[in-house]
Amino acid sequence: MSTAQRAAAPASRPESVSAPLDVERIRADFPILERKIGGKPLVYLDNAATAQKPRAVIDAIQRYYREQNANIHRAVYRLSEEATREYESVRARVARFLNAAEAREIVFVRGTTEAINLVAHSFVRPRLGPGDEVLITAMEHHSNIVPWQIVCEERGARLRVAPMNRSGELLVEEFEKLLTERTKIVSLVHVSNSLGTVNPVKELVSLARARGIPVLVDGAQAAPHYRVDVRDLGCDFYALSGHKLFGPTGIGVLYGRAELLEEMPPYQGGGDMILSVSFERTTYAPIPAKFEAGTPHIAGVIGLGAAIDYLERLDRSQIAAHEADLLSYATERLSEVPGLRIIGTAAHKAAVISFVLEGIHAHDVGTIVDQEGVAIRTGHHCTQPVMEFFGVPATARASFALYNTRDEVDALVRALFKVREVFG
Amino acid sequence: MPDLGDLYQQLIIDHNRNPRNFRRLEDANRMASGDNPLCGDRIQLFLKVEGGTITDIGFQGSGCAISQASASLMTQAVLGKSTEEAEALFRAFHEMVTGPRDKAPDRQLLGKLAAFAGVRDFPARVKCANLPWHTLKAALQGAEEPVTTE
Repeated sequence: MSTAQRAAAPASRPESVSAPLDVERIRADFPILERKIGGKPLVYLDNAATAQKPRAVIDAIQRYYREQNANIHRAVYRLSEEATREYESVRARVARFLNAAEAREIVFVRGTTEAINLVAHSFVRPRLGPGDEVLITAMEHHSNIVPWQIVCEERGARLRVAPMNRSGELLVEEFEKLLTERTKIVSLVHVSNSLGTVNPVKELVSLARARGIPVLVDGAQAAPHYRVDVRDLGCDFYALSGHKLFGPTGIGVLYGRAELLEEMPPYQGGGDMILSVSFERTTYAPIPAKFEAGTPHIAGVIGLGAAIDYLERLDRSQIAAHEADLLSYATERLSEVPGLRIIGTAAHKAAVISFVLEGIHAHDVGTIVDQEGVAIRTGHHCTQPVMEFFGVPATARASFALYNTRDEVDALVRALFKVREVFG
Repeated sequence: MPDLGDLYQQLIIDHNRNPRNFRRLEDANRMASGDNPLCGDRIQLFLKVEGGTITDIGFQGSGCAISQASASLMTQAVLGKSTEEAEALFRAFHEMVTGPRDKAPDRQLLGKLAAFAGVRDFPARVKCANLPWHTLKAALQGAEEPVTTE
């Protein structure tokens, strides 16, 4: 057994499986799933790019704009107080959702990308000097590469990359070797968006923290599938995006340990992040307001709250079991398609399958399956270094969510046979 | 719903599988490369232009069927043509894949290139068909930077 396999935490395995997930009931909660594409039912398999929204989320956003719209944290009138209460109650719910110690450890941002940029600029940049290092992994999304390149270049620091094997599993021993006294932060992905690999984050965090190195975890692809417990993981920062979590676009979360957030300088200046301002001097507001300059995406926060409530009402171990079933069924069925090769075969995977069809470019695959109503992502998935590692220009990717079914896997497989037919 | 058969015509499938003029010209005097990094479509174009006429042409590249077949058919269409004629073909091709639907392509001028008329109905793929042509234009104008149609 390889280290990577041994290290894989059983996060996706159901703790206790009672009844299977009632998928038909869940599908009824998502209005878009009734859509037809060219007369055929929409088969939405691009959940790693963005997930669909349940009616509860759509209604919550509407209700805010129809009944509660007011700016927050500013006025004494009732409407503003109501909006402020709603907004802040979501912060508390997100804190519970992630098992953060306190609500003030939750900062609302635009998404995972902004969360990573915030940490890069406010936390890492001031403590990064020439010769220092930032450690990431070989399977990072561009959003967890480029912000580090920017600060490293500016400070004369070096970006180090922990390698993976041909299955797409991080080499834990190599990762450990790259943790040195020069390492100022480790930033790593929880679940890979292009390979589906679930990293043994708890183990990796403890390796870094044992050496006093802070860790940021990119949880964009993890939170929709698994229960995330930031204190159990032991990480210093955790980033996620609302829209992949069945919430609205343009809203995301940065969790940061209070003691770190407190010592960090603001990321942006503006209204709402101050205690007092004069032309001589400004006193910043306490966390988390210090990091939320300007009028935030109030409707987005409220929509995110509805998404979290929706997920919390479901049995997440049932969701994990359902998705594990979809993954194994799809892996098996896809192997029937001649010339199909799966990229990313880690022992511990989320329900994400990247693949290539021999002799056929991913974009041709995408266009043809779209004619069958099947929406999959094609391209490099913002992970060009991953594509290079596997020697492919692009892949097609099917990524599943709680509302997908085995029938939809069959529809994908039928569509792929159609691709074979067109290309003869 | 646009018809898939209009996009993946047999001629396009054939040129994707067996691209014509798929070679590097050792004595090329014009060269350009096209790169659509989001798609992963790449082409390198080699031309020999003598007295205002394209006397030899070759390309190398990788990418989707539309981009590679477009490059292959383009090399056949412009070989032996004057640079002005090649530019006229560029304009006609461009108009066919991006112009209004009710405007019929100039089949007389375009010949086999009319096989790409269906691309217009697949907006996400127009850039694939166009890449070789923009690369050709860049080569004729002596551009040094790689071109992109993304």
